[in-house]
Amino acid sequence: MMFAAAALALLVTLALVVVRAALGPTVFDRVQAANTIGTVALLLLAVLGFLTGRPEFLDLALTYGLLNIIGTVAVLKFFRYGDLGDPGEELEVTESPPKAGS
Amino acid sequence: MKLLVDLLSWASLVIGGLLCIVGAVGMLRMPDFYTRVHAASLVDTLGAGFILFGLLLQAGFTLVAVKLLFIAVLLLFASPTGTHALARAAYERGLKPLLAEPENPSSKP
Repeated sequence: MMFAAAALALLVTLALVVVRAALGPTVFDRVQAANTIGTVALLLLAVLGFLTGRPEFLDLALTYGLLNIIGTVAVLKFFRYGDLGDPGEELEVTESPPKAGS
Repeated sequence: MKLLVDLLSWASLVIGGLLCIVGAVGMLRMPDFYTRVHAASLVDTLGAGFILFGLLLQAGFTLVAVKLLFIAVLLLFASPTGTHALARAAYERGLKPLLAEPENPSSKP
């Protein structure tokens, strides 16, 4: 019964965070809301596994947690560089390429 | 003994759920992006920690408890990293934090 109460609280949390993701004035608000939605979905999967008496759902929760951080960093990098394959600032090409031959 | 563990686990689950709701309300009502990040970190650390602790007490010494510990350690490392990267990206993009007005220092936001 307490599992049902925790699942209900997590569903209320999910609804409020979805409202923030829809409202969010900047793109970073939406990314933050997506990150929190992933965390809450992870917790909801774990609680639902206990609620239905099948705690094997925890494998799915672990996979969600691993995907969540990768998704957040990938979206951030996409908005920073406009491309996921960009090597970053450290590896930028210099203006004067070295002369070939000689 | 069983009743004591059950009571502790139920209290942890209820407290974790309430903290999650508090964090979500904070995310909805805070005035500024950086304060919203602060409210969202409540869900990531305290809410998740209390709920996973409550589930851990229900699981006992089984493989399920080990998986719960893995999830807790993963959240503990990954979610502050993601939040830090997000706030830093927003700051470098030029998003200014909401500060008090210089001519009226008592109006703290």
